[in-house]
Amino acid sequence: MAHVVLTRNLAQFTGGESELELDAANIRQLLGQLAARYPRLEPHLAEGLAVAIDGEIFQDAWLEPIPPGSEVHIIPRIAGG
Amino acid sequence: MAKIHVTTTVNGDAVEFLCDPEQTLLDVLRDELELTGSKEGCASGDCGACSVMLDGRLVCACLVLGAEAEGRGVETIEGMATGDELHPLQRKFLEHAALQCGVCTPGFLIAAKALLEKNPDPSETEVRYWLAGNLCRCTGYDKIVRAVLDAATEMRGS
Amino acid sequence: MATVLKTDTPAPQSPHALKWVGTRPIRPDGVDKVTGRAKFGADLILSGMLVGKVLRSPHPHARIRSIDTSKAEALPGVKAVVTHDDFHDLPSEFVPAGEMLVNYRDMVRNVMAREKALYEGHPVAAVAATSAQIARQALKLIEVDYEPLPHVIDVVEAMRDDAPVLHDDLFTAGVEPPPTKPSNVAKRVEFAIGDTEAGFAEADLVVERTFDTKPVHQGYIEPHACVASVSEDGQAELWCSTQGQFLVRSHCAKLLGMDISAIRVTASEIGGGFGGKTVVYLEPLAMALARKSHHPVKMVMSRDEVFQASGPTSGANVWVKIGATRHGRITAAEAVLKYQAGAFQGGPIQPGCMAAFAPYDLANVKVVGFDVVSNRPKVAAYRAPGAPISEFAVECVIDELAKELEIDPIEFRLENAAKEGTRAAYGPKFGPIGLIDTLRKIKESEHYRTPLGPNQGRGIASGFWFNIGGETSASINVNEDGTVTLMAGTPDIGGSRASSCLMAAEALGIDYDKVRPIIADTSSLGYTFLTGGSRATFSNGLAVNEAAQQVIKEMCARAARFWEIPADAVTWEDGMAKPAGANAGDFEPLSFAELAKMAGKTGGPIGGHAHLNAQGAGPSFGTHLVDLEVDQETGRVTILRYTVAQDAGKAVHPAYVEGQYQGGAVQGIGWALNEEYIYGPDGRLQNPGFLDYRMPVASDVPMIDTVIVEVANPRHPFGVRGVGETPIVPPMAAIANAMEQATGIRFTELPMSPPKVLKALEAANGAG
Repeated sequence: MAHVVLTRNLAQFTGGESELELDAANIRQLLGQLAARYPRLEPHLAEGLAVAIDGEIFQDAWLEPIPPGSEVHIIPRIAGG
Repeated sequence: MAKIHVTTTVNGDAVEFLCDPEQTLLDVLRDELELTGSKEGCASGDCGACSVMLDGRLVCACLVLGAEAEGRGVETIEGMATGDELHPLQRKFLEHAALQCGVCTPGFLIAAKALLEKNPDPSETEVRYWLAGNLCRCTGYDKIVRAVLDAATEMRGS
Repeated sequence: MATVLKTDTPAPQSPHALKWVGTRPIRPDGVDKVTGRAKFGADLILSGMLVGKVLRSPHPHARIRSIDTSKAEALPGVKAVVTHDDFHDLPSEFVPAGEMLVNYRDMVRNVMAREKALYEGHPVAAVAATSAQIARQALKLIEVDYEPLPHVIDVVEAMRDDAPVLHDDLFTAGVEPPPTKPSNVAKRVEFAIGDTEAGFAEADLVVERTFDTKPVHQGYIEPHACVASVSEDGQAELWCSTQGQFLVRSHCAKLLGMDISAIRVTASEIGGGFGGKTVVYLEPLAMALARKSHHPVKMVMSRDEVFQASGPTSGANVWVKIGATRHGRITAAEAVLKYQAGAFQGGPIQPGCMAAFAPYDLANVKVVGFDVVSNRPKVAAYRAPGAPISEFAVECVIDELAKELEIDPIEFRLENAAKEGTRAAYGPKFGPIGLIDTLRKIKESEHYRTPLGPNQGRGIASGFWFNIGGETSASINVNEDGTVTLMAGTPDIGGSRASSCLMAAEALGIDYDKVRPIIADTSSLGYTFLTGGSRATFSNGLAVNEAAQQVIKEMCARAARFWEIPADAVTWEDGMAKPAGANAGDFEPLSFAELAKMAGKTGGPIGGHAHLNAQGAGPSFGTHLVDLEVDQETGRVTILRYTVAQDAGKAVHPAYVEGQYQGGAVQGIGWALNEEYIYGPDGRLQNPGFLDYRMPVASDVPMIDTVIVEVANPRHPFGVRGVGETPIVPPMAAIANAMEQATGIRFTELPMSPPKVLKALEAANGAG
């Protein structure tokens, strides 16, 4: 199980739930499970996101494994100039 | 209106070209003579990226008409090196990493060369004020000024 | 094969034995750049080339009733005219274009107006003609029937209920329930941890301030420029000044309805970008004109077009409130950020919110942000987009707190500094970071101990950028004489060819001079994300290292077969293949050059080709220290001394790392003291030129001293962190803090230009 934390922003589409436990093998599965659990959240998961696993930020890494017991944060995508 | 026929010297070579009355020297250098080393950053004489020497005087080529080159001598960045040998300023810019994107570099080199011909031992302040007509957005000017001062030292033989 | 690189990919050598990384050789493209040989966007000349020019809206907001191009088309010498009719409308969808999130419906409208002109300078039509003169005449012959509409530019005004609305289908996202009335507020975002109300209750001192900033432009000296050519079978070539040729390809393919493979984009040398050249403006227009005219078309923006029609960063209104105990521990922090997005949504509000309090270890934080459209060009990225504005405001309030609590500003920051394991305000915990090291370096510096004179002040501020990785390809091809060609995909804006070659030389064990780089076009190399996000050296390092490991593995395999021993009995050391041990065999080592020479006879050409999506970019923290003097008679501020301390992880080419620190600091000085977009009441830009959009010149600034801190990024073979963006984040607050010390006045508006400073000084003296 991974401990998943959503920003306040995203929590408004989960009825206020910003911390939850999910069992997902990789980032793609995790986002899929979130979308399935909170349908109103789904369109916001398709838009630019980054996922931090134990502090390390991943962008466009669908297949990145999520180790059990890790802390996962869903945050906006970072770009730059 | 008919084009104007101009005979001039560019980097020591005799050159002839045709230009429209409103074409600037910068337009002519780049579009007619294909000497694209001088750059257009603003076309209003504010950025110095088009700096060239006209009869030994530092000018913005965007503020000189092509027709005004008649009978005069133009020096551009393409003429700064001598054969295989770079000018000391060119070498020092490379050694000091005084360029990042490099688009302002030709203008700075021409302007700095004009300074050192006039004042071979400038202070840092004199270098900064002389080069105030050349804009650089990448370097913050630090390494450019160091390169010019170092080139001046070498050229004085000290 | 795409891979995500892990730390178990071997670093080439132990950090103590580096031969090339960390040195300062001449950059490989240097001679071309000091001789005028290097070709930038406007320097390409093709035979039969036409000149393209754009007709732009003179109105900041207007409905476009009709466009009649017939007279222009009839003018001799005009070969093509395009309007929005030449571009298919695209549906609203946020699609990844590479890794950016773009809304193509907005993009097709930004490159060529459709229903409305949304800012002065918005393209309405474009022509291609046999000369610039004829093109300009043709523009004058295009008849556009505009219905001018009321406009709004300022972010606070654009949020009012009675503000003119730009898009009647824009309903604020991020608000539950969604509003029923359209407005200019595209989005509301919120980031929070803990309980700020409880936190403020514990504070002994609470300071709150509101700040206003103006839009500033990236200020690259080279205007946007491109040359497009489309053949009769629809194959296109595009030469352009860009930070990302692969992105240009994606965008043009979409906007012109072409296969991606039909477009080959070559990045010219680029005369500055800073984020402003990560988007397309002229390129789709040039391609449409080339396709229609059957000639190559060159398009170059004039300087006023650059200011009017390319994307400066947001102007903003920022409210910050911070509470601390009397011992200087922050108990709670809040901010509300209102950022301009320009004519279409999507300004840097989210990174602005996330970066605001990033340097601090806080239990209770709440940041709310608004993305607001208004009648000015669409915002494009500008170096650490969003962070300079929010961190400016926060660092000013931090300074006020420290002053009122009579705590040294560096000590105050050290007391609250984020470090490894700190939870960032936006959620995840930091890995190893160098903020504290930079604060200590500033504190220990000789600069910090130098006494000041009258009307002088000293200020410090810290800042940060996340840094990114992203899709990156690199190819190393070994030549028959043992030299190597390195293909990278990131345009070289500031010396990245040099750093890539240093890393390749280090990894392969050959001389730096034997590695020759090129920046590949989109048909010659795998997809590579743009130069930006402080990612080039970091990501190229990963890709180059992986490609180099492939080369080494193949070289060892060739040696093994040559010696007729197993592959794992061969080791690579100092650029040579050697038997792994005495029992592997008594063979003389084979050098890189020798193996290269026999490659053709031992299996064919040797190369390494890496394709990856670089992850693990480490953030870079910096602290700036500035001394300045205020002229009481003119309001002019002179920067006396400036020091930048910033964490680079590992400086591959220290001179170019220093260059990033210095360049970013001076852009920040301009942002703090002079640069701003000045709009008239008619919504037109009054200062679209370098004379009145006043960027720093050499006489405005002193030497910029630099201190490179190196807290290695464990996720990179050389420990590299991106450095390019962080340097622009601290200067504005450092300068505002120094101004406060010099004058006793807390400036809350940027820029702190002479007229404003003088007015404030006079008010203060008058009142006193």
